[in-house]
Amino acid sequence: MSALFEFLLRQGDNVLVLGHRSSEWCGKAPVLEEDIALANTALDLIGQTQLWLGYAAEVEGKGRDANDLAFLRDVYDFRNVLMVETPNGDYGRTLLRQFFFDAFQLPWLDALTGSKDQRVSDIAQKSLKEVRYHYERSRDTVIALGDGTELSNSKMQEALDYLWPYSRETMSVDGVDEEMAEEGIAPLPSSMLDQWNVSVQNTLRDANLKIPESAFVHQGGRNGKRHTEHLGHMLATMQVLQRSYPGARW
Amino acid sequence: MVAAQKPSVKEIWDMLESVPDPEIPVISIVDLGVVREVEWDADKLKVTITPTYSGCPAMAVIAMDIETALSSHGLNNVSLITKIAPPWTTDWLSNKGLAKLEAYGIAPPQTAGGPERCPHCKSDNVEKISQFGSTPCKAQWRCRQCLEPFDYFKCI
Repeated sequence: MSALFEFLLRQGDNVLVLGHRSSEWCGKAPVLEEDIALANTALDLIGQTQLWLGYAAEVEGKGRDANDLAFLRDVYDFRNVLMVETPNGDYGRTLLRQFFFDAFQLPWLDALTGSKDQRVSDIAQKSLKEVRYHYERSRDTVIALGDGTELSNSKMQEALDYLWPYSRETMSVDGVDEEMAEEGIAPLPSSMLDQWNVSVQNTLRDANLKIPESAFVHQGGRNGKRHTEHLGHMLATMQVLQRSYPGARW
Repeated sequence: MVAAQKPSVKEIWDMLESVPDPEIPVISIVDLGVVREVEWDADKLKVTITPTYSGCPAMAVIAMDIETALSSHGLNNVSLITKIAPPWTTDWLSNKGLAKLEAYGIAPPQTAGGPERCPHCKSDNVEKISQFGSTPCKAQWRCRQCLEPFDYFKCI
C-alpha cells in the first residue's frame, strides 16, 4: 500500500465517518434549525469524502472507486481517528466532537492548500471554505452550551471528560506522515498542535469548562491497528445495502 | 444525414442561460457561476461545471438538466466535466443573479459575512437564526423590523 494512498484514506475516512455520524441526527435533533445544520454539515463532509476517496481510488489503481472504498471495506481497513467513530451521545457531545475535529481541520486544510500534490491542494481549497463555517458554528455552540445553564454546563463537562483522550489522535505522527512531509505533500500533523491548543483552550475557557489533566491519547484508528467496537456497528448500518445487495444502484 | 451547422460557443452559453438552478429556480446555472467553460472539441461539445459546495446534491440534477437542454437543441454529443479547482466562490454570481436573488426573497452574499438588509422590507435590523439553511449554500436570518425569516446566501 503506497503512503499516498494511506494518507488519502486517512483524510477521506475521517470525513466519511464523521459525516455519517452527523447524519444520524437527521430528523431527531433538538430543534429544527440544528437538525438542518447537522444534516448540512454531514452533506459537506460526505461531499469531501467523495473527493478524497475518489483520488485515493485513482492512486491505488485497482479499478475501485470512492463508493467501493466507502461501502466495501471492513473495520480494519478504515483509517479514521477514533474520535469520529465514537457514538454521538447527547447533542452537546456531538458538537464538542465536531469542534475538536474542526479545530484541527481548519489549520490542517489551510496547510494542505500548499501541498506539492495539486489534487491534494485542490481538495483542501474546496473543503476549507466549508470547514470555516463548521468551525464557527461548532465553536459558538460549545461556548453557548458550556456557558449556559448549570445543567448544560455539567453535560458539556461530561462530554469533555469523555472526548478529551480522543481529541488529539489527529495530530499523532507515524511513518506515513513522515513520508508525506518529506515529499512536500503534507506537513507533519503534529505541527498543528500549537494552533489547535490556542483555539481549544480559548474556546473551552469561554465555555467555562475544565480541561482534564490527563495527557493520555487513545490511538490506533488512523493507522488501522485498533478501532473501537463502535465502528463495526456504524458500518453495519452504513454498508447494509451494498452488503445485502452487492452492486445495487438507483 | 446532413450535418447541421454547429452552434457557436456564445449560442451554447445562451442555451445554458435558460437552465434554472434546481434549488433556486429564479436564477440560471450560468448566473450561479456553476458553468465554467464551454468549448468545442471537433464534434464534441465540452461543458465544464463546478459544484457550489462539495456535497451539493443538486449537481446530478444540474448535469441532467444541461444534457436535456442541449439535447432539445439537437446537441447530443456532449461531454460534461466536473472540476473543483479553482473552488466556486460567490464572487462568480452574476449581478443579474444577485438582483434576482433579492427579488425572490434571498439576501445576496456580502463580504461582511451577513446580509446587508432584509430582502422583504429592506430594513438593516436583522439577526442570524442559524449558520445553515434549507440548502448548504444558505443561512437562516430574521428581520427584526418586519419579523419575517429569510434565507441569506452565504459568502464563500
